[in-house]
Amino acid sequence: MVDQLATGSRRGLRPALPLLLPAYLWLTVAIFLPLSAMMFFSFMTDLPLAGKEWAFTLGNYAAFFSQSLYSTLLFASLRLGLEVTLWCVVIGYPAAYVLAKVLKGRSREAIFLLVILPFWSNGLVRIFSWAMVLREGGILDTALNAVLPFKINIDLMYSYPAVIIGLVHSYVPYMVLTCYLTLQAIDDSLIEAGRSLGASRLQVLKRVIIPLSMPGLIAGAALIFVPVVGSFMEPRILGGRTGTFYGTIIEDQFVAVFNWPLGAALSFILLAVVLIILALAAPVLRRAS
Amino acid sequence: MAMTRILEWLGRFYILMLLAFLYLPIIIMALMSFNTSPFYQLPFEWTTDWYASLWQNDQLIAATWNSIEIAVITTIISTVLGSMASLALYRYEFRGKKFLQALLFPPIAIPWLITGTAMLIFFFGIGIGRGLLAILLGHVALALPYVIVVVSARLQTFAPELEEAARSLGANQWQVTQRVTLPWIMPGVIAGGLFAFAVSFDQFVVSYFLSTPGQTTLPVEIYAAIRKGFTPEINAVSTIIIVVSMALMLLTARFFKFGGEK
Repeated sequence: MVDQLATGSRRGLRPALPLLLPAYLWLTVAIFLPLSAMMFFSFMTDLPLAGKEWAFTLGNYAAFFSQSLYSTLLFASLRLGLEVTLWCVVIGYPAAYVLAKVLKGRSREAIFLLVILPFWSNGLVRIFSWAMVLREGGILDTALNAVLPFKINIDLMYSYPAVIIGLVHSYVPYMVLTCYLTLQAIDDSLIEAGRSLGASRLQVLKRVIIPLSMPGLIAGAALIFVPVVGSFMEPRILGGRTGTFYGTIIEDQFVAVFNWPLGAALSFILLAVVLIILALAAPVLRRAS
Repeated sequence: MAMTRILEWLGRFYILMLLAFLYLPIIIMALMSFNTSPFYQLPFEWTTDWYASLWQNDQLIAATWNSIEIAVITTIISTVLGSMASLALYRYEFRGKKFLQALLFPPIAIPWLITGTAMLIFFFGIGIGRGLLAILLGHVALALPYVIVVVSARLQTFAPELEEAARSLGANQWQVTQRVTLPWIMPGVIAGGLFAFAVSFDQFVVSYFLSTPGQTTLPVEIYAAIRKGFTPEINAVSTIIIVVSMALMLLTARFFKFGGEK
């Protein structure tokens, strides 16, 4: 409603075109045509460059389905995405609740800004900063050994937990942001009404707060899950040898093995998976808005 | 009531723990960039040598300049084109408008790994190849949707009657835009521009696939350095980047309320 009232004071595409065209042409050349080209190339035996021989083939997709390596890695990446998303819910949701319902005024504004600030700083650098903390003889190791009476060796670097920690650190602000926005919109009187009718805190949480903030949880989950499934830099830096995932295999096709058609097919399978997930999340989000 | 108070304090404590989790690694990295030992050994001894040696590293300096140049050009182009498109989407009603608005989400939602590799294939196919031009083309496309979303959000608070009033007083389209609409949406345009700068300056994945040796950006150069082995020099340059992008974001927050107007 608000949308329609506030916008569209005048009709017609023709006067709008000169304003729209430059931006959308740019998006077409740099995003939509490349995605189409990638789909095209994923059905080729080789790149049609410099007079190379090429033909149409389904071989690149057949490779995905015939070699268990690729599907195993895709599942590993999906599992990674799921685990990171769950950790982000567990860590981020309570924080969003405190921000929305406990803190007030200036302290809320300041802390909210502090939470989302790092997420706009360089992701690569933040991942790198964990390397300093997690390696043997690193800060965590040194600090724990200084406090604990017995000697332990903490060397989380190049392990699966290290990848999880780094990714959760990178993406948890998304969850705080989206959940905060929906939690803040819940009327306090609803919570008080529930309480005064004799519901326990837990019941209010389960019956009122969580259902009403579901769109925020789903939006946050989609925003986190999708990029994590396609991550390659984080597993490379923090995972070392254990950090082989679907994303790193795609990276390899383009920068190491130079099998671009296979890389394109693998990318496209990932895109299909991502689109299915976004499509599943969309109805919930639409109902909310 | 006592229970409520206890829970509230627990909540505050929890937020502090979260902030510690978010900031500790960054603070440690910053501290280590001032530590003498190249192997991050404690005790801590103050030095600025690593920052000094950055000045000797021509490769890093060249990449830094590339990053700044591309970010500035990206900001200018995407802010201008994005604001124009937002204005059109705000002012006019036409068929397919919802579709055009929906088209803004794929560039944001699709993982950069997919977008980046697709750009690599396409730019190679049409002869642009890799390099700074390809990186610039990609960055503007990534930044555009953010600018349009942010400027459109600001336009929602603008009363169309103001434009009508100006028009009925005899102002032409350009005058209406320049004297009435633009001043009102300026905070949105500035916030959009700062977003665009951040998207470009911090962009790693897309730049990584589109760069060649010699034509590269700072994050790509840092990634290469990390994979060769950690040095305090990387800490130093990383610390500079983090400080710059956080300062930029604080500046953006002055123009754009993330928590919604309240």
